[in-house]
This record gives sequence, structure tokens and C-alpha cells, in this order.
Amino acid sequence: MLTFTIRRLLLSIPTLLLISLVIFGLLQLAPGDPMAQVPLTVPPEVKQKMREALGLGQAWYVQYYKWLVQFFWIEPKVLVDYLTNSSTLLGWLPDTSLYNGELRVISWQTRSPVMDIVAQRMPQTLWVVGLSYIVGIVIAIPIGIYSAYRHYSVFDQAGTFITMIGFSIPPFFTGPLLIVIFSVYLGWLPSIYDTTHVVNDWASFKVQFFQMIMPVMVLALQTTAQISRYMRGAMLDNLNQDYVRTARAKGLKEGVVVMVHVLRNSMIPVVTVIALGMPAIFGGAIITENVFKVNGIGQLLLTALFANDLPMVMTLTFIFAILIVLFNLIADVLYGLLDPRIRYD
Amino acid sequence: MTEQATPASPLEADIETIGALMDKGPSKPPRSQWRDVWDQFRKHKGAVFGGGFLLLITFAVVFGPYIWDVDPKALDIRNKNWRPVYTLLWDGGANAGWAHPFGTDQLGRDILAQMISGGRVSMAVGWLAMGLALVIGTAVGVIAGYFKWLDFWLMRFTDLVLSLPILPLVLLAVTLFRQPLNSRFGPEGGMFILIVSVIGLTSWMQTARIVRGDILALKEREFILAARSIGTTSGKIIRRHLLPNVISPIMVSATLGLATAIITESALSFLGVGFPSDYPTWGKLLADAVPRMQDFPERVLLPGIAISLTVLGVNYLGDGLRDALDPRIRGR
Repeated sequence: MLTFTIRRLLLSIPTLLLISLVIFGLLQLAPGDPMAQVPLTVPPEVKQKMREALGLGQAWYVQYYKWLVQFFWIEPKVLVDYLTNSSTLLGWLPDTSLYNGELRVISWQTRSPVMDIVAQRMPQTLWVVGLSYIVGIVIAIPIGIYSAYRHYSVFDQAGTFITMIGFSIPPFFTGPLLIVIFSVYLGWLPSIYDTTHVVNDWASFKVQFFQMIMPVMVLALQTTAQISRYMRGAMLDNLNQDYVRTARAKGLKEGVVVMVHVLRNSMIPVVTVIALGMPAIFGGAIITENVFKVNGIGQLLLTALFANDLPMVMTLTFIFAILIVLFNLIADVLYGLLDPRIRYD
Repeated sequence: MTEQATPASPLEADIETIGALMDKGPSKPPRSQWRDVWDQFRKHKGAVFGGGFLLLITFAVVFGPYIWDVDPKALDIRNKNWRPVYTLLWDGGANAGWAHPFGTDQLGRDILAQMISGGRVSMAVGWLAMGLALVIGTAVGVIAGYFKWLDFWLMRFTDLVLSLPILPLVLLAVTLFRQPLNSRFGPEGGMFILIVSVIGLTSWMQTARIVRGDILALKEREFILAARSIGTTSGKIIRRHLLPNVISPIMVSATLGLATAIITESALSFLGVGFPSDYPTWGKLLADAVPRMQDFPERVLLPGIAISLTVLGVNYLGDGLRDALDPRIRGR
């Protein structure tokens, strides 16, 4: 298992390099000009200098190489410095100061390092997306178990119908729909997610709770739909197996048979699906963040795309790619760990 | 049968015992596989409704413009902001009437006509993108499954594409290639080609994986060996023996692909990178209506419901097809 993990980790390096090359290649074809916003009165030679200052004058492979160095060498150094210097977790370590003023990946919009902005935006996304994922899983697993156990019952039909709805209604429709119902007509929940809100007492916690309900539920509906269907399918596969009949025949209680024997075996594919779905939810959050005006990384990507901020787009898309590769790896390793029948070697 | 009581002759007794052997033909007419599939499919009510609704919507958007022949782009500023006709039920003085059953928008364009022509675009994008994804996915899957020396590289390629962040890349591709294609094929045609190809090129991977898995299993079966032993060429084996056997997973992933394509197109339009705004699609109509949804909620609801019901129908259809095409479930 360990060798498999190491092999997969090593294999993911060329994969990620190739992906970054694909994204970079796509961006190189961009017809947009980052100088488009500069006033026309600026003389062309000054514009040319500004272009070079952005690093645009060189050949594409030089630009690509510089981006690689910045992303894989300089940014980690900054991160290590931050961790040892000012974070509470590792602050007790000696100050490393690896970073001494090299050029980092700079956003063209704000002229500040891209990773700093990402670090600012990440908590919002993680709160909304992460919480919605947990809520979705918590709702989905009991539904899946029960509707498989009572196959073709009323509950199963209703559960199937609701999960189908969750699959079918896109978040850009559920979002506005919920806003119309709960913010406009009923006035219970705020329609915009206020990210500057600070939680320091019970009242402010309540505000935070209320403003999180809608974005979390919109995302959780999707997760629930997906995972409960997998759960139901996996349970159905296992309920007809011989070992279940054996367990019943030796007189185990029905609860033990279903909740221990069947559930544990059915969780194997579901856990991997949960791991595989993590990065997809970051992508799906682009729309939800846009609807509820959560300024997370999905919204950051969208604004960067419209503003032609290529370093930002490149870095963000690549972060999404890293997440996908990482969680694919985690899913494979989990699958091997949970199911002893699977041997990768 | 040896314990039978004193038969007149052994032969007669055997015939009597195994009476079924005397049947001249099968008692019931033979049933074809597709009849079984259809019978199982009919049992799944949701699938029948879903399929029926998909057919209905398709007919409505194909033939709708001939029946409701109002130009969806015609401005009629005097009759702007009509409400749908059903508002008359509770509000007699509402600005509504049968001239515009779904009302008009802020420029006086008829919403029913816009919905029909928007549905046309959405469904066309959905069907074409799904077709493209199926063709690529099936080709990659069959080739990877059948030719061992290509398997490794094609599957690594599939894995690579699977680990690309799809929605960000689709957004990226649409914003980047909009200009050149628009100047080539016009703003609407260029966008159509772009969206169809972008969705098609980014959603073939699941089909490829499923088809490859099935082909790998089928390839080792006796009938393929038999076909090869009488000298059938690879192309013939693929076309005559392998493809008909993987048609069911392809059909199931086709329904999934159609649903995803419709949703992706609407999402792109919603995020403002889709079709130009005077060219209605369901997603575009929804996105344009969001800023004024407090006053005119129906403009969000109508396209949203159209998208959701269509996708719901397609998903139910896929569910029913999966059950109907799976011989282990069939007949239960």
C-alpha cells in the first residue's frame, strides 16, 4: 500500500506538470490585452515597457518556466516562513526566513501576490463549501440506507424523487428561487453573504448562521442527491449477497445485519465517491458563490477571468487541478485501505 | 422415472413422463430482447413520464415556432412588462392577457416565444454536445479496450482529462475563443459551435471508461474468439459484435450527457459567458431575469422550471433505461 501511494504521488507530478502546461497553453492563446485599460494617451513605447514589466515580453517557455519556479519554489518558501513565523500551529519552530524578496506570482488586477488573495478568500469558500459537504453527507447516508432497505417502498420512491430533483435543478435556479422565497417574500434570511461579518458573541453567531443557511443548503442539495444515490446503490448490491443471508441465518438482529455487516461493506464505494466529489464541489461553488455574492475563490476566478488577469486565472485553475489530482489519489488509497480484496501491487 | 407403475412399453412411459418433449413448438411465442427491455422500461413510471416529457419538450421547441409564430426578438415597448395570464386569477387588474400567455419582458418581447426559441437552442446544444461526447467517448473506449498497445496511453490521457478542472476550463475556453469564432461564424453561430465543442470535448471521459471496461470483458468471450477464428477483421468485429453489445451503457451515459450538457450550457449563460443577450436560451433568460426577480418572479421561474423539468425527465429516462437494459434487474 505504501509503495502504491508513493508511486501514485510520483506519478501525479508529471500529471500536474502536464495539466499546468495545458492551462498555460490555453491562456497563451488569449486574445485579450492586459493593457486595454491603460489610457490611449500613454505613448506606445511606455506601453511596451509596462508590458515587459508584467513579464509579457519574453518567449512563452520562459514565462512558463518562471511561473513554475514561482509557484513551486518561491510560494512554498513564503508559506513555510509564514508557518514558522506567525502561525499559532507551528510558531514555536525557529523562524526560517527562506524568502528574501524574490518575485512572486503577481495579480495584474491588484498588483499584489496571487497567493495572498487566495489565502484571504479561501476561508469563505471552505466554510460554505465544506459545511455544505458535511451537511449533505449527513443527510444523504441515512436516506440511502433506508431507501435501499425498503426497496421500492413509498420512502424509496420519494427519496429517489427528491434526489432526482437535487440532481436536476441547477444551483443557479435553486439559488434565486430560495432568495425569492426566503429573502423577498418571507424576509427570514439575508440574500447576500456578508464575508466581513465577525462572530464574537451569540447575536453575531446567529447572523452568521442565518446567512449561511441558503448557500449551504443549495450546495448540500447537490451533494445529498449524488451521495444518497450511491449509498442506495451500494446497499442494494450488498443486501442480496450471500453473507447477508448467512448473518441472518445465524440469528443476528436485523439492525446488526444492516447497520454493521451491510453498511460497512457498502461504505467502501461511498467513501471514495465522497473523496472524489470534493474538488467538484469547489467547481460547483463558482455558481453558488456568484448567486449569493460569497467572495470565495470561485468568485475570484470569475472576476479574474473577466478582468483578463492571467496569472490569477492560471494559479486558481491550477489549484483546482491540484485538488482534483490530490483527491483522486486519496480516493484510490482509501479504496485500497478499506477493501482488503483490492491489491494494487 | 424408474418408479413408474408397470408401463406397457418403456418408450411410451418415457414419452408420457416427459410430456413437454412432445410439444411441437414453444408454448409462447419467442420474445425479443428489446421487447423485454420495453416491458421492463414501461414498469418504471418515472422513466415513462420522463421520456414522454422529453419527447414533448423536443416537439414543442421544434414545432412551437410554427404554431406560436410571434417573433421572439420583436420589440413592442408599449406592451412591456405584461404578467403571465394566470395572474388574472387573483389580480383582475393585472397587466396580462391571452395575447402574451407568459407575459412580456422589459422590452415588450413575448416570453412564450422567447422560451420556445431559447428551448430550441438549449436542446440543440444538449443533443449535439451529447452526440459529440458519445462519439469521442465510444471511439476512445472501444479503441482502448480492443487494442492493447493503445490502452495504456489512451487511458492515461483519459485520466489526465478527468483531472482537469472542467468548469474553470470551460469558462476559460469560452472567454478566450469567443472573439475569433464570432468573427468567423457570426456572434450566434460562433458561440453555438464553441459551446457545443467545449461541452462535448470535456464530457466524454466517463463514457470512454465504461465502454472500455465492457469491451475488455467482452473481448475475451467465446463469440469473439469464434468470430476471429473464421477470419473476421478487427473493424468488423468491433462493428458487428462489440458495439451492439455495449449499446446499453452508451445509451445510459447518453442520457446523463444530455442532462449535463443542458445544465452546463445554462450555467455558462447564467455566468454571462454564453450566448449574446439578444439570443435567448433558457439559461440566458433566467440570468437576465434575476436582477428583477422581486417584481417579476415568473421570468426566473419559467425558464428555471423548463430547465429543471427537462433535466429531471432526462435523468428519470436514464434511470429507467439503466434498469431496463440490465438483465440482472429485468424481470424482477
